[in-house]
Amino acid sequence: MPTPSDRPAATAPGTGVIHDIGYRSYQGPRLGRSYATRSLFVQGLRGAFGLGRSGRSKVLPMLILAAMVLPAGMLVALTVFQQRADLPVDYPQYLSSFGLFVEIFLAAQAPVLLSRDLRNGTMPLYFSRPITRADYVRAKAAAMVAALLIVTVLPLLALYAGALLAGLDFVHSTEHLGYGLLAAVLYSVVLSAVGLLIAAGTPRRGFGVAAIMGFLVVSSGVATVLEGLSDRSGGGSASGSAADWAYLISPDDLVDRFVNHVCGLVRTVPTSIGDTPGTLGALVFGLEMLLIVAGAYALLLRRYRKI
Amino acid sequence: MSISSPVIRTDGLTKRFPSVTALDQLTVEVQPGVVGLVGANGAGKSTLIKILLGLAPATSGTGEVLGLDIATEGSAIRALVGYMPEHDCLPPDVSATEFVVQMARMSGLPAAAARERTADTLRHVGLYEERYRPMGGYSTGMKQRVKLAQALVHDPRLVLLDEPTNGLDPVGRDDMLALIRRVHSDFGISVLVTTHLLGELERTCDHLVVIDGGRLLRSSSTASFTEATQLLAVEVTDRPDDPEFDADAAVQERLTAAGLSVRADGARILLVDIAGEETYDVIRDTVADLGLGLVRLEQRRHRVSEIFTQEPQETQEPADAHAV
Repeated sequence: MPTPSDRPAATAPGTGVIHDIGYRSYQGPRLGRSYATRSLFVQGLRGAFGLGRSGRSKVLPMLILAAMVLPAGMLVALTVFQQRADLPVDYPQYLSSFGLFVEIFLAAQAPVLLSRDLRNGTMPLYFSRPITRADYVRAKAAAMVAALLIVTVLPLLALYAGALLAGLDFVHSTEHLGYGLLAAVLYSVVLSAVGLLIAAGTPRRGFGVAAIMGFLVVSSGVATVLEGLSDRSGGGSASGSAADWAYLISPDDLVDRFVNHVCGLVRTVPTSIGDTPGTLGALVFGLEMLLIVAGAYALLLRRYRKI
Repeated sequence: MSISSPVIRTDGLTKRFPSVTALDQLTVEVQPGVVGLVGANGAGKSTLIKILLGLAPATSGTGEVLGLDIATEGSAIRALVGYMPEHDCLPPDVSATEFVVQMARMSGLPAAAARERTADTLRHVGLYEERYRPMGGYSTGMKQRVKLAQALVHDPRLVLLDEPTNGLDPVGRDDMLALIRRVHSDFGISVLVTTHLLGELERTCDHLVVIDGGRLLRSSSTASFTEATQLLAVEVTDRPDDPEFDADAAVQERLTAAGLSVRADGARILLVDIAGEETYDVIRDTVADLGLGLVRLEQRRHRVSEIFTQEPQETQEPADAHAV
């Protein structure tokens, strides 16, 4: 080891010297499958918001997040300004009013989670590591649901915090936040199931985005038209009528109407919000959501068994 | 681990698909070192790698990787093995660092270790400042280096490299081959490498496993594939003052007259059977007598490609296969 004095002048103090220390083997811990699955989940969740990816891919998710949270702030401001005793929009209704943003987020990010791996050929790298195919599906599904939860729960919390600061009734606010959270969880799980299943079917991101958006918008539109048609023939236009069966084909209406019925919101403002066709309807809507989620998950597992 | 224990061992490994038998009773042992897996497209190389990683079940037969059973311990095998696929597998909008860190964590390395090993490994494969840029802008050579890095980042005991020189220019190919040698010699990691470019394997591998149609054609040391033959390659100049003079024919005639067996091997090369030490003298004197220049006089070596172009000379080599 030469002392500083007999070094050539070129390596003056402060000049960096690169020492090639050669290859070092790794003796540390190797955490197992569940750690790897968690890593994949975290990566997926970060990726859904564009973190760890290019700057451009952060734009859309951040815009959506802003579009979801900012109106909540404005509503709170309105409540304070008008000294209302109640929020202008109830928590579940806030989510269904801004449902389009949630759907856009899903349509844009579900393909990011699944189609990208298919397209870039990254799957062999994952599967040559300790995780199994089922772990992969689990991690990606969890990441999608968590990302949607962030998008849906954050504005609800903003509303809630604002409501409490504005001095609204604590019990009422908390109860309705609970309804909102139920809606947020159901939206996240049901929409993720639909979105991921479609995204897993195509390595092309554009197709995935269009297919998911198309499916959600068209199914909702068709349901509304069907309801209108059967209303006219049936005569009764009240909420909770048989015509509401039409919404069985629209995933986001399923959630919306199920929550409204189960939480008893339809009784308080009966005209303006959608209901299920009676208690039996609520049961069927609930069962269908369960079926969508379980079915989509099973199909995803089957899809990835082959890759 | 004792020196002699094989990194891969299969016994009667068979994989049948509905329409095709991809592996047929494959029994082979692979020792530590750089081992080439040779076979034409569809010979069963990729199927073998999949089965070795525990990703596809074998129809019948057994196998071990690093002493772990492929049928039941796939997850443990994959923790200790690195795999570099043949095809593109890199997301274009992510940097090499970000990507390799993620892959290290997927192999079970804690976050801090993953970062440190990523920096080390990328440096070892020769990626420096560019590792912070999105990989979409990388050259093929850089992409291959990242692919190699992600296979090495968790310090595996064995790496499976599928066509690592695909798409590289000659310089990039030499770099990659040198890197593969270093993976074994400096890093102490055993390597199983597939390629259809046989010249590369001759230079890089200690041992070659040749499969064809899912069956083992031959498994022996590279040296035994390229051992010297009893043939001399002779190449002579023309007479500068008499370009019409057929030098090759004259040499062939004289040597045949001297009792040697001679045949032309295209491109002005004559192949002469070595009868003994004196053969060299006879050729030298003959060429000098004719007033020609001797361009080449060398003992011919076998080339790996011959196993595909010729009938298999002998059946599989016996136990001395793992020499050197």
